[in-house]
Amino acid sequence: MADITAAATAVARRSTGAGSDIWRKLAPYLFLLPFLIVFIGFLVVPLVYAFNLSVWKTTLVGGTHFVGFDNYAKAIVDAKFWGGVLTLLKFAAMQIPVMLALALLFALILDSGMVYLKSFFRISFFIPYAVPTVIATLLWGYLYSPSYGPAAQIAAALNIQRIDFFQPNTILPSIANIAVWEYMGYNMIIYFAALQAIPQDLEEASVVDGAGALAHAIYVKLPLIVPTIMVTIIFSIIGTLQLFAEPYLLYNLARSIISSYFTPNFYAYTLAFVAQQYNYSAAISFLLGAVTAVISYVFMLLTSRRSAR
Amino acid sequence: MTIVGKTAEAAGFRRTRWLLTAVLALYFVYTFVPIFYVFVSSTKTNPDLFATFGLWFSNDFHLWQNLHDLFTQDHGIFGRWLWNTFYYATIAGIGAALVSTLAGYAFAKYEFAGKRAIYALVLGAVMIPQTALVIPLFLLFSWVHVLNTPWAVILPSLVFPQGVFLMRAYIDEAVSGEIIDAGRVDGAGEFRIFWALAFRLIAPAFATVFVLAFVASWNNYFLPLVVLNSNDLFPVTVGLSNWYASVASGNGAQLLYTIIMAGALVSILPVIIAFLFIQRFWQGGLSAGAVKS
Repeated sequence: MADITAAATAVARRSTGAGSDIWRKLAPYLFLLPFLIVFIGFLVVPLVYAFNLSVWKTTLVGGTHFVGFDNYAKAIVDAKFWGGVLTLLKFAAMQIPVMLALALLFALILDSGMVYLKSFFRISFFIPYAVPTVIATLLWGYLYSPSYGPAAQIAAALNIQRIDFFQPNTILPSIANIAVWEYMGYNMIIYFAALQAIPQDLEEASVVDGAGALAHAIYVKLPLIVPTIMVTIIFSIIGTLQLFAEPYLLYNLARSIISSYFTPNFYAYTLAFVAQQYNYSAAISFLLGAVTAVISYVFMLLTSRRSAR
Repeated sequence: MTIVGKTAEAAGFRRTRWLLTAVLALYFVYTFVPIFYVFVSSTKTNPDLFATFGLWFSNDFHLWQNLHDLFTQDHGIFGRWLWNTFYYATIAGIGAALVSTLAGYAFAKYEFAGKRAIYALVLGAVMIPQTALVIPLFLLFSWVHVLNTPWAVILPSLVFPQGVFLMRAYIDEAVSGEIIDAGRVDGAGEFRIFWALAFRLIAPAFATVFVLAFVASWNNYFLPLVVLNSNDLFPVTVGLSNWYASVASGNGAQLLYTIIMAGALVSILPVIIAFLFIQRFWQGGLSAGAVKS
C-alpha cells in the first residue's frame, strides 16, 4: 500500500500544471483505496462468503447441496441458540446498569473537581481496560478458586460459608464482575470527556441561579450527556451479545455449569470447530447478527419515543 | 469547583471532598487488588500459592525463579509467543493507522462523488464488533488457505473504522484549507501536499490510532484462537490460555500455576506502561468519537 502511494506521489510530481485537475479529482479515491481494499477484503467478502455457506448443507451421504433458508429455519427454533441469547440478556440486565451507573457516578465526581488525587483515580480506573480479556478472566479465575483463592481463604479464616463462584445462580454474577472490572473505566473516561466538553458558561448560569453542585450535576449536566449515555448503552449491548472469551476460559473450571453453547458465539465456535458443521455455524453467526441488530434497534426506538414525549 | 467555592462554606466543602475521595479510594482497592494479586502470586512457589494467604507475599521470594521457568518451560515457547504478539500488534497498529489516516484525509479534505455513501459504510462498520467477523473470517481463510499464517491475524486488524472516524474529525480541525491551497499554488501535487504538509500536523492523531489498534491487537483472543493452530504462531493470550486450560482440567500440570501468573504479569506490564506514557493520547482517542457522535 505504501508502494501505491509512493508511486502516486512520483506521478503527481511529474504532472503539475495541465494534469493537476485530474489528479485533484482522482486523489480522494486513491487516498481511500487502501481502506476500501481491506474493508471489502476482510469485512464484506467474509460476510458474503459466510452467508453463501449458510444456504448450503454438507452431508456425508449426499455431499454439498443448496438448501436455501433451511439452516435458518433450523436455527430459529434451536433451543441452544435461544438459551444462549436468554443467558446474555440476563447477563446484560445485571452487568450493564451496574457498570454504567458506576461510570457515570465516578465521571460526575471527577468532573465536579471536589476530590483529591483526581488524575490518579482517573488513570488507575482505566488501567483494567489495558489488561487483555483473557488475562483478566484468568486472574479472576484464580481469585475465585475454591482451593487457593483469597476469597475462599478469607471465608475460611473468618469461619464463614465461602461463596461458590461457579454455581448455576452465581456464574453470571461472577462473569459480570469481571466485565465490570474491565470496562467500567473505559465508559467513565467517555462520560468524563463528554462532561468536560460542556461549555463553562452553563456552569456560570446555574451559579447565578444559586444551584448547588449536586443540583447542577443532576439537572444541568446529566441531561446534556444523555446522547453519550445512549451510545455507551448500545455499544455495551452489542458487546455483551458477543460474549465469548470469559465463558470459554471459565468452561475449564465449571464444566457442569458452563455448556459448550453457553453463549451464541460459544455455540457457533463449537459448531465450527468441534462438530465441523460450518454451514450451520455460519447460519448461527448471521442469526446472532440479526438478533443484535433487532435488540439495538428496539432499544433505540423505545428510548427515542420516551424522550420525545 | 468555582460554584462550590462561592456558595458553600469551606468546612462543608472539605468534608464533601474527603467523602468523595473515600468513595473513589474504595473502588480503587477493587481495581487494584487483582493486579496486585498477579504480582504477589508470581513471586510464590506453587506450594506457597496454596498454603499462604493469596493477597500477601510469602517468605520465599520466588519471582526470578518463576520468570526463569516461564521463559524455559516447553523449550522457551513463551518468548516466542511474546515476540509474535509484539510483531502482530506492531504491524497491525502501523497498518491500521496508515489506512485510517489516508481515508480520514480523503473524507476531511475532499468533496467527491459517493462520499456520503462510503462514509455511511464506515459508520455502520463501527457498530460491527470484531468478534462477529471471526467465524466468517475463519470460513473464508480456510477456503483461500491462509489459515495458520500470521496474515490471518494481521490483515483483518487493518479494518479499523473507528480510526477513520477519529482521523476525519482530527484532520477537519488540524489541517486548514489554506495550507492545502498554499501547497497547490506552489504547484505541489495532491500527494506531496499530504506527505510534506498535512502529515506532520496529523502526527498526534496518527499516534493515537496506532496505540488503539496496537492494543486491540495485543489483547485480541478470539481471532488468533480460531485462525491459528500451531504453538509457534500463537500470541501470548492464546498460549497462556492453553496452559491455563491444561492446569484447570488437572492434566498433571500443577507446576504451571505460578508460571502462568508470571506470564500474565509479563504480558500486561508492557501495555500498562505504554498506556501510562501516552495516556493523554488514549483518552483523547477514546472520547473524541463518543463525544462527537
